[in-house]
Amino acid sequence: MRRFVLIAIPYVWLLALFLVPFAIVLKIALSDAAVARPPYFPQFDWAEGIAAFIAELDFENFVWLTEDDLYWKAYLSSLKIAVISTFFTLLAGYPIAYGMARAPEEWRPTLMMLVILPFWTSFLIRVYAWMGILSNEGFLNQFLMWIGVISEPLTILNTNSAVYIGIVYTYLPFMILPVYSALERLDGSLIEAAEDLGCSRLTAFWLVTIPLSKTGIIAGSFLVFIPVLGEFVIPSLLGGSDTLMIGKVLWEEFFSNRDWPVASAVAVVLLLLLVIPIVLFQRNQQKQQEAE
Amino acid sequence: MIHFQNVTKRYGEFTAIDNLTIDIYEREFYALLGPSGCGKTTLMRMLAGFETPTEGKIFLAGQDIAPVPPNKRAVNMMFQSYALFPHLSIWENIAFGLKREKMPKHDINDRVEEMLRLTRLEKFARRKPHQISGGQRQRVALARSLAKHPKLLLLDEPLGALDKKLRQDTQFELMDIQEKTGTTFVIVTHDQEEAMTVASRVAVMDHGKIIQVSTPDRIYENPNSVYVADFIGDVNLIEGTAKLNGSDSYAMSWHEGHAPLSIKSPNAFSDGQKCHLAIRPEKVAISADQPAEADNAVQGRILDIAYLGNISTYHVELPTGAVIKAQTANTRRIARRAFTWEDTVWLSWTATAGVLLAD
Repeated sequence: MRRFVLIAIPYVWLLALFLVPFAIVLKIALSDAAVARPPYFPQFDWAEGIAAFIAELDFENFVWLTEDDLYWKAYLSSLKIAVISTFFTLLAGYPIAYGMARAPEEWRPTLMMLVILPFWTSFLIRVYAWMGILSNEGFLNQFLMWIGVISEPLTILNTNSAVYIGIVYTYLPFMILPVYSALERLDGSLIEAAEDLGCSRLTAFWLVTIPLSKTGIIAGSFLVFIPVLGEFVIPSLLGGSDTLMIGKVLWEEFFSNRDWPVASAVAVVLLLLLVIPIVLFQRNQQKQQEAE
Repeated sequence: MIHFQNVTKRYGEFTAIDNLTIDIYEREFYALLGPSGCGKTTLMRMLAGFETPTEGKIFLAGQDIAPVPPNKRAVNMMFQSYALFPHLSIWENIAFGLKREKMPKHDINDRVEEMLRLTRLEKFARRKPHQISGGQRQRVALARSLAKHPKLLLLDEPLGALDKKLRQDTQFELMDIQEKTGTTFVIVTHDQEEAMTVASRVAVMDHGKIIQVSTPDRIYENPNSVYVADFIGDVNLIEGTAKLNGSDSYAMSWHEGHAPLSIKSPNAFSDGQKCHLAIRPEKVAISADQPAEADNAVQGRILDIAYLGNISTYHVELPTGAVIKAQTANTRRIARRAFTWEDTVWLSWTATAGVLLAD
């Protein structure tokens, strides 16, 4: 009985806060836009009964998503941005995690703290701070002009580059932490054994360190990739008008166009797209647990 | 084949290896024995190339190996933790070093198969290290380190993780493999039994210095210092002063009111020099009556009996308060044991049974 209650709590939680809202969003996605409040039709009416209500629902909005090329372009562009920024986050995060794992034992908690520290300030404030750094009159341009690398300010803000910088900065801890935990567990004598058997430092890194931190790399990549795919704040603040991301499209459909049904359809498709990497991520975690 | 020449290794203030000069010969099974922290592992890591000496030189086959990085040395190491690559199969683990040599594929195949046969691991080639037992892992580590035909194989506490029975079997296996391959083995261990069993020569270390290098039997029978006598096996130490009594025999007075002990010793002592008699428990005989023709005999009371199955160790307290251990084989069943607690017995030993050591 007690076991049943314990299991029931998370399931009730999921049901109330995930499945029910998802059912509502799905229902709106199947409705038609209307000039009304709320701005869609049909509304559920007890008098007409459930059959008549379901008869009014259709897949028009999903069909619309395939007809207007804005949507699939936005999905593809989001996918591209997510893949590229995950790659750059890995490129920046791996050396940091490696350095942390190789640091003297007494330093590690401090280094870990430094990685987590940015979470203590609001995410929005940090992204706004990047606007100050990247703008034409911003600190970065001023600094580069001062040391004489450039004579004209670079246009970084409101381009895709600014979006990449913002994403890599924001999601770096999500990459560092799993990679660090994989590297920290790595037995140093394995590297020595590889060198003893004829590897140079570099080949030992490729043949031993990288494969043995693979689970950390995969976990970190998914932790970055999944939220970046639906990212809205960073592209809308740092990106330009040509930065096309599905999160931004969703927001505009919802608030600018007030087309709730299409916005809901976009959200449902995004969720379905995200299920694939999430399942892959779960499988990776499971495999890792089995290996231990 | 290996020559350490005045090698010193310091870590800051701490001296791990202290001005050490030793030679290790070809095809030898050389054991470095000592308590933890005596510098034996540092010595081995210097041979492997993971540490460089602060002072002095190490020669391998006449060549100074200081500038040679670990991956270029004809030296392989078997790690204490085995350090098997967990993401590779047993086969790939053994082939790892060979692939780095850019050996042709079928040669690698042949060599790996040969190593698998040598270590009786043919059946496990496709498994991962976490799917085999500790003893099998130990053999994989050995096969991997031998695969490249090293001139010198270093073994760092190779049997530490195995249980006693398996360890004994593996010791003989190691000796067998060493004979078959003709490789020079250097083994680091803190287990004196292990060192005595496998090695052809044992070097006893303490505080970064080599105290004695000799064959196992000489280390045991003729330790050159109280430290070695005490470290290797069980020993009774009796302190006293020496007095020359004949050409190479001494009378050691050890306690007032007791006859001096008569000892033959090749080591020279001056009259009145403080010294220790080191005598192994199994060389002390125990009897109920005073033995008629013994060089040395003392009377005491049995304080304790340690029954080990095949042998028993009697702790006998002398009237002086000192406790002497005497060991006898249990040739009769325990119910018929001649002595029991609180019995008064005689301990006796010959003049040549013990070793007289300087302070």
